[in-house]
Amino acid sequence: MKIHEYQGKELLRKYGVPVPIGIAATSAAEAKAAIPKVQEQGATEVVVVKAQIHAGGRGKGGGVKVAKTKADAEAAVDKIFGMTLVTPQTGPEGKKVQRILVEQGLAIDHEFYLGILLDRATARVTVMASREGGMDIEEVAATHPEKIFKHAINPATGWQGWQSRALAKQLELSGKAASELNKFLVSLTKCYEDMDCSMLEINPLVTTKDGRVLALDAKVSFDDNAMFRHPELESWRDPNEEDAAEQEAKKWDLSYISLDGNIGCMVNGAGLAMSTMDIIKYYGGAPANFLDVGGGATAEKVTAAFKIITTDPDVKAIFVNIFGGIMKCDTIAQGVVTAVKETGLKVPLVVRLEGTNVDLGKKILAESGLAIVTAADMADGAKLVVAAAGGQVK
Amino acid sequence: MSVLVGYNTRLVVQGMSGSAGAFHSRQMIEYGTNVVAGVTPGKGGAKVEGLEKIPMFDTVAESVQHAGANTTVIYVPPPFAADSILEAAAAGIQVIIAITEGIPARDMIKVKYVLDHDYPGVVLVGPNCPGVITPGQCKVGIMPGYIHKPGGVGVVSRSGTLTYEVVGQLTKLGLGQSTAVGIGGDPVKGTDFIDALKWFAEDPGTSSIFMIGEIGGDSEERAAAFIKENVKKPVAAFIGGQTAPPGKRMGHAGAIISGGKGGAADKIAALQEAGVAVSPTPAEMGSTLAKRLAS
Repeated sequence: MKIHEYQGKELLRKYGVPVPIGIAATSAAEAKAAIPKVQEQGATEVVVVKAQIHAGGRGKGGGVKVAKTKADAEAAVDKIFGMTLVTPQTGPEGKKVQRILVEQGLAIDHEFYLGILLDRATARVTVMASREGGMDIEEVAATHPEKIFKHAINPATGWQGWQSRALAKQLELSGKAASELNKFLVSLTKCYEDMDCSMLEINPLVTTKDGRVLALDAKVSFDDNAMFRHPELESWRDPNEEDAAEQEAKKWDLSYISLDGNIGCMVNGAGLAMSTMDIIKYYGGAPANFLDVGGGATAEKVTAAFKIITTDPDVKAIFVNIFGGIMKCDTIAQGVVTAVKETGLKVPLVVRLEGTNVDLGKKILAESGLAIVTAADMADGAKLVVAAAGGQVK
Repeated sequence: MSVLVGYNTRLVVQGMSGSAGAFHSRQMIEYGTNVVAGVTPGKGGAKVEGLEKIPMFDTVAESVQHAGANTTVIYVPPPFAADSILEAAAAGIQVIIAITEGIPARDMIKVKYVLDHDYPGVVLVGPNCPGVITPGQCKVGIMPGYIHKPGGVGVVSRSGTLTYEVVGQLTKLGLGQSTAVGIGGDPVKGTDFIDALKWFAEDPGTSSIFMIGEIGGDSEERAAAFIKENVKKPVAAFIGGQTAPPGKRMGHAGAIISGGKGGAADKIAALQEAGVAVSPTPAEMGSTLAKRLAS
């Protein structure tokens, strides 16, 4: 689960991680009212107006403006609030800005990159930092990997002071800034651990002319598997950031991602679901979605999944591809039959069943009297569904 | 011959009284697996429907002491699964197969650390995996048994349902399997490709290997390097997610930490470089290995 920058900063503040003074707003009027308050509390005329969307690259897309006066700041709010912000991470359709953060401007000395996340290769949470902070960190990683310093956290000890000292040397920080960095990292790594984060990215981390170390940005996401430990985080979910079908899927604990094609897919298992997309493309079709119904789905869940697919107006044909293990084929068949009876079937449906209780599943489909095309195997099913969607089978 | 599980397996089922645990215990027994005990805290001495002959214990240690368990399979819900894995290791179980899906990464980081340091001989497979099967001998997990056939192909896979897919294809082509190991798709897991590849390379009952990888992480690249240096047996592979839209799941940091690795094209290139035959579609996995064996 992802949250907004202002929510991330609220969390960091709670853990004692220094962040600039700022006020979040959900309307232009509210944002404008926040400007003088931030100016007063921050003891500076300069404020930064920042669009709050989940995608990165906001600065490049014109979603972040530094304003030297109140009038400039108000103009920035008018420009940013309600705009459709297009960044490399939003896709070409962009994202409408409905929340704004007004923040104190700072006299920045240097911008660094700092990220904390799990390194799969070592199974350790790892702190990464670089002197080359700011917008082009991905390019730095690709062209100058030696400029990114990594320190793994030992699960038995947590982050240690010596690691902060080593990192401070690498980042060429000394004196007050080095000790501030240590405090910053002790708090930040504790936040990562306590809150079951899956990523905590501070880009940029800044030092100020007066020797302070602050998080100028905060990109925070949480481990979805650990949400049972943090029920309070649910209130931070922003429905505007989530696709309607994806939200409906989440209610049913289904893994669903909207795509651009016209073949609806319902598959069990992420690997098979991804490969089903691969084979549809291989035979010249285009999947409308990625949908993994998971291992232990009930007939109700399958019905819900099926309805989500049929609600998509772009779907011209549906491919159900199941290899049952924990998921039983009769459960899938029952769910599909129920859904079709409730919603009607307006597009061709190709079903490929294999695995646990396959004969029972096939029997349920056959006895339903529904116009279902049965596929012999995955390739057969993919070819049938590409043709059914009106495509040319390659 | 086989790896990890076989005729000598004496299985305890952790979470046997739950619905998934009970269903799959019955399926495993039907396949011929020697299930010697069940464990659910507070249910010691109880009977589970359809499994009345299997003694239930409160602790794994009791199942080892009284029923001689040497392998465990875990169906315990995510909040308690890490505890169950560590309990099994402490009780002296040597092979731990964790089926549970949805264990927090924070828990698994600690589990892996403790296993590596305090129980270096213990093998953990999973979590979030279909389990391990040695066809004709022993099935531990949730895979449908009937699609398998005894033979010489060692199968290792990050994806559950894709494992069934390749096994089904191999069996139809008359290519039986020595053992199929589902390592699971979680970021922090026990057995990785390299462990399984090493077991298969050394197992006299395994004559060829099929490996199924996925986009994300760099364990396929590391496996390719290992195969190039150490595996003389023929290997075929498939990488799932070749057409997955980039950036839907990974932020910057994911790409930065793995040094830009993780895409399907890089993985396929690394495997081909190592002499592995890579299947172009998930429907041609079996035939790709068959062709490699015939050449």
